[in-house]
Amino acid sequence: MKEIKELKVNAIKNGTVIDHIPAKSLFKVISILNLDKIDTHVTFGTNLESKRLGLKSIIKISDKFFENDEINKIALIAPEAKLNIIKDYNVVEKKIVEVPDNIVGIVKCVNPKCVTNHEKITTKFKVVSKQHVSLKCHYCEKITEQENIEIY
Amino acid sequence: MKNKSLVSINDFTKEECLRIIELAGEFEKNPVQDILKGKVVATLFFEPSTRTRLSFESAVNKLGGRIIGFSETASTSVSKGESLKDTIKTVANYSDLIVMRHPIEGSARYASEVSMVPVVNAGDGANQHPTQTLLDLFSIKKTQGTLENLNICMVGDLKYGRTVHSLLIAMSDFNATFNFISPKTLQMPSEYKKLLDEKGLKYYEHEEIHDTFKHADIVYVTRVQKERFSDPIDYEKVKNAFIVKNKMLEGTKPNLKVMHPLPRVNEIDTDVDDNEKAYYFQQAKNGVYTRQAIVASILGLI
Repeated sequence: MKEIKELKVNAIKNGTVIDHIPAKSLFKVISILNLDKIDTHVTFGTNLESKRLGLKSIIKISDKFFENDEINKIALIAPEAKLNIIKDYNVVEKKIVEVPDNIVGIVKCVNPKCVTNHEKITTKFKVVSKQHVSLKCHYCEKITEQENIEIY
Repeated sequence: MKNKSLVSINDFTKEECLRIIELAGEFEKNPVQDILKGKVVATLFFEPSTRTRLSFESAVNKLGGRIIGFSETASTSVSKGESLKDTIKTVANYSDLIVMRHPIEGSARYASEVSMVPVVNAGDGANQHPTQTLLDLFSIKKTQGTLENLNICMVGDLKYGRTVHSLLIAMSDFNATFNFISPKTLQMPSEYKKLLDEKGLKYYEHEEIHDTFKHADIVYVTRVQKERFSDPIDYEKVKNAFIVKNKMLEGTKPNLKVMHPLPRVNEIDTDVDDNEKAYYFQQAKNGVYTRQAIVASILGLI
């Protein structure tokens, strides 16, 4: 490892490091990626200083490599997250997250009269804008804008 | 269209809409047939709607089909707390097609996903009411001879009125020009104006009727509802500004028709009723033919 700074979270040998997560979103990221149910080592640090985010979190997951579809689920709550893929203590690949075309689950529809807020139904949205994220509900057809996004 | 649910006007292509209109014209010529013999249509009305329900039931009865269903939920298992999913899955066992009206938005899409038989949305809250849109298109085609290049005035509550939103979406495929006449607080939402911008269609917004009807082919009126105003004084100020009166139709185009999804309260003065440009009652009649076309094509009988 060539990091000069003191490591706040121990390095891993193989696996994935997710950095630049807004500190307040850490536990949502853990939940969305099902890291609370994983059986390999997971270490995280939170409320670390970040020039860009103010306070950030970092998660290091041993022996876990994500498919793009899987990792892109966190784009709504951690749009600036960066992934380092680690093999034998070296960064072999860097990835950024991208807002996917469709969102299943995760987000609550903003419309209180939407059927998804009345029956036990997994929400589904089409992403109609990625810049300023806006999601069109598959059921009630109403738009949930970025500032109204509420994560389950 | 066989076995395809009709949930949203956005699900039907321009060609499919035109096909329904054409079939509705055929049923108008020959409205009593027995092509639905042996078929059972369930009409599940989770909130009351006299016109829509009777129109569907009339359409099915005239074609020899049978109707089961309910017109309010008090006497059903829904009042015992049954989920929508369970109600739909059960009724799907008893019927060939489900027609559903429900106050919750998106309920029709969900019903179509859990049902083994096709679902026709007869209104899901403020969201969609596609059979109304198709009967509006049929009425426009029938009275104007075409759907292309028409000038359409929409009057009243353009913010919450789902019929005007769906009609706008449908007519945006036919190079229409729109005039929107509404109180400032009930203007056409920006998402619909954006759609028109994207399609390069012209629209104009007005806060009074004045001479906006002069070039119109269709005047589509909706009710300005008192409950939409947080301040009753605001309602009092605008309530009389959007009433269509007979004298406003003087000097308008001879082909002009005044349409309204009904029920009307006072937004079209009764003195318009005898004017040959008044079309709202025939429009309601067209609903029966349109629903015959929709039910028969979804059941694959034509």
